[in-house]
Amino acid sequence: MYLQAKRLFKLALSPVLMLLSLFSTGAWAEQAERWQTNMTPGITEVGHQIYDLHMWVFYICVVTGIVVFGVMFYSVFAYRKERHQEPATFHENTRVEIAWTIVPFLVLLFMAVPATKTLIQIYDTDDADLDILITGYQWKWKYEYINPNGDNISFFSNLLTDGAEIANTEDKGSNYLLEVDEPVVIPVNKKVRFLVTANDVLHAWWVPALAVKRDAIPGFINEAWTKATETGVFRGQCAELCGRNHGFMPIVVNVVEEPQYEAWLGEKQAAAAEIKELMAKDFSLEELVERGKSVYTSSCAACHGANGEGGVGKAIAGSPIATGAMKEHTARVVDGVPGTAMPAFGSQLNEVDLAAVITYQRNAFGNNMGDMLQPVDIYKFKKGQ
Amino acid sequence: MGAHHGPAKGLTRWLFTTNHKDIGTMYLWFSFAMFLLGGSFAMIIRAELFQPGLQIVQPEFFNQMTTMHGLVMVFGAIMPAFVGLANWMIPMMIGAPDMALPRMNNWSFWILPPTFLLLASTLLMEGGGPNFGWTFYAPLSTTYAPPSVTFFIFAVHAMGISSIMGSINIIATVVNMRAPGMTYMKMPMFVWTWLITAFLLVAVMPVLAGAVTMMLMDIHFGTSFFSAAGGGDPVLFQHVFWFFGHPEVYIIILPAFGVVSEVIPTFSRKPLFGYDSMVYATSSIAFLSFIVWAHHMYTVGMPIAGELFFMYATMLIAVPTAAKVFNWITTMFKGSITLETPMLFAIAKVFLFTVGGFSGLMLAIAPADFQYHDSYFVVAHFHYTMVAGAIFALSSAVYYWIPKWTGKMYNETMGKAHFWISFIGFNLTFFPQHFVGLAGMPRRIPDYNLMFADFNMMSSIGAFIYGTSQLLFLFNIVRTITHGKPVSDPKVWEGGTTLEWTVPTPAPYHTFTTPPELK
Repeated sequence: MYLQAKRLFKLALSPVLMLLSLFSTGAWAEQAERWQTNMTPGITEVGHQIYDLHMWVFYICVVTGIVVFGVMFYSVFAYRKERHQEPATFHENTRVEIAWTIVPFLVLLFMAVPATKTLIQIYDTDDADLDILITGYQWKWKYEYINPNGDNISFFSNLLTDGAEIANTEDKGSNYLLEVDEPVVIPVNKKVRFLVTANDVLHAWWVPALAVKRDAIPGFINEAWTKATETGVFRGQCAELCGRNHGFMPIVVNVVEEPQYEAWLGEKQAAAAEIKELMAKDFSLEELVERGKSVYTSSCAACHGANGEGGVGKAIAGSPIATGAMKEHTARVVDGVPGTAMPAFGSQLNEVDLAAVITYQRNAFGNNMGDMLQPVDIYKFKKGQ
Repeated sequence: MGAHHGPAKGLTRWLFTTNHKDIGTMYLWFSFAMFLLGGSFAMIIRAELFQPGLQIVQPEFFNQMTTMHGLVMVFGAIMPAFVGLANWMIPMMIGAPDMALPRMNNWSFWILPPTFLLLASTLLMEGGGPNFGWTFYAPLSTTYAPPSVTFFIFAVHAMGISSIMGSINIIATVVNMRAPGMTYMKMPMFVWTWLITAFLLVAVMPVLAGAVTMMLMDIHFGTSFFSAAGGGDPVLFQHVFWFFGHPEVYIIILPAFGVVSEVIPTFSRKPLFGYDSMVYATSSIAFLSFIVWAHHMYTVGMPIAGELFFMYATMLIAVPTAAKVFNWITTMFKGSITLETPMLFAIAKVFLFTVGGFSGLMLAIAPADFQYHDSYFVVAHFHYTMVAGAIFALSSAVYYWIPKWTGKMYNETMGKAHFWISFIGFNLTFFPQHFVGLAGMPRRIPDYNLMFADFNMMSSIGAFIYGTSQLLFLFNIVRTITHGKPVSDPKVWEGGTTLEWTVPTPAPYHTFTTPPELK
């Protein structure tokens, strides 16, 4: 109730805040905050340039507006019929008309020059220290760190916010809808090039603090870059309508010092090596079900329901696929169902997780098949195609 | 056929009519119905966005609402409303007895109701209605679209045919049927803006038809125009769409410019300043509209040369647009102004459209657009131009001409109340959207972080106020027709100078059966 009252109070104050915001210039916190009314300059040089450009054009508009609207409202008040019975009859003045064509044109030049400079900088994607391939999926992001001297590491980044918060049955956290299970990590003061593409429909990768927004287009790779000058956690969202969960595929970027970045990369590489090892391992049913449960929660539950009851996707509980032939079930998960919302998870999950989640689906929600798949079976299935 | 002397009786009057006034009336009522329908979609959107979290609708339906809101407002409300005004006013303003192609006129209207019935019915189909935004970017609108997309494509084709026929009619009328002595440079500004608009429509509606036909082929006949997997290109869709889409927004705004160019001189009791430059500015805007389309696609990954070209061309639009605004203001300067409802709406249109023009100039700056693009800043911008720019002008036009149409005067107090409530509601809705957009809120999302909550709540409250005020508008119109104070002065407004103010009030079923004498 208190919070509600506080918000209403602020709401009442908002016109004042709006006016104030017109005159405030900078010193914005790097993170978006409540009642934020302006663009963030962010943590990059380009971001600051964009911000300056934005404010420059804004001020030109404000000054123009004051003059133009000033004359307009003056005319409306000063030349009201009760005060000004006899209207003038003039209806053209070539000199004035030429002047007000040329002057705006000249003003535009003062915007075009800095804009061109900044744009050239945005397009300079050469000499990057690090390349990250970003792939938009419905509705998550995949990050792949290009490693010229070995295996790439890659992972998916999913929305972390609990469904109960979205459904208003639990209180919302401060990073509501802007939190992910695995943030993308980049080193500070290094030029990072983003190669942006998509797997299904259009998406757009946008992090305001990095001043990067690029469309992710299936079949094409776009380039963007950033060079963060500060460490911290920075958040963004998909900016291009991409279907049902467009509002639910956030981006979190962790900017860290270089040693920390190296350590993180090391961990990731070790985890990848472990997966490689697990590929050869024989799992027990319990192990697979346990691993599969967490894979299910992050990759399947959004469409098929937390208890396999179905939703956008078909029900898993008692489904003829999950209780039918193993091969059919595997094909469904690995290759997806073209023309529907069911994606091909073969390219999204590793063999271990695929084996685990298929096994889990066959042994959960009342499906008591008792059979299981090993990672090597997935590997063979993929090879066999 | 007794219709030569007066309207037929009953329903057939409306079904078979070839009278420009009847057809204009039907266009106007149809567009008002669509305005309320599209508005109710907007109310659902704003109700869902009233607070963070999902309360009223699910994301799937939310996307259908944003899509249908845009489609219905653009194609069902604003465009037909201006065609309705054109039908009513162009013959009366140029001293013609009717439109040049009256039977086609009937057909171009009667295509619309079934088309929009079809479009609205997609909401009840399995898989839901169109959910890919009114810009329907592929492949979300092709490979990933609900089955109802085929009906959507059919509807777009049908409304395109209607628009093209309507435009051909307007061009034929203006070119051939002006009263003797009415040279092009003597035509009222509203006629000029519509003539230019009609050329834009004829040029770009076929492009839209091409885009949706390629979609149809991709969906049903195995082509890959917009699928990279088959050698096509999703970006191609955007180029084709915006080659239509940018002229389209000027199709919406130019007749609105025409309306205020009539209303402001009338209530300033002073001729329009810079008539010639108005004509040239409108033509320049129309020309520029063809070479700026990719400013909707700055983040799509164009080469820098393309990006710079589209940025410079877009910035140039500010020049003729500014000239028009200066002309309107100079028209008021040293006039003898009264502030009846049409004038209030016209002044607000100039004011708020210019605010939208400023944010448009900001959006034109390509580097800055990397932050603005697809954010609520864009939503704020185009609602300042579309709602304040076009709908305010339409309200102005209805109040301005309704005494001529009906022979009754609207209730001025209620008109002013409608204006002020609309004005406040509109700004409360859309001004805060600039802020959340700049702070990082993407458009077309059903739910948002708490930091956007306060401005969104304001925005929703504003939207409910604005929405409600339109019911007052409806009530005022109906009351004018049923209980309005009769007016019989042909001039109605003291400052009216164009030809429609020379015919009796209310305008008889047939006007200018013999051409007027022009002094």
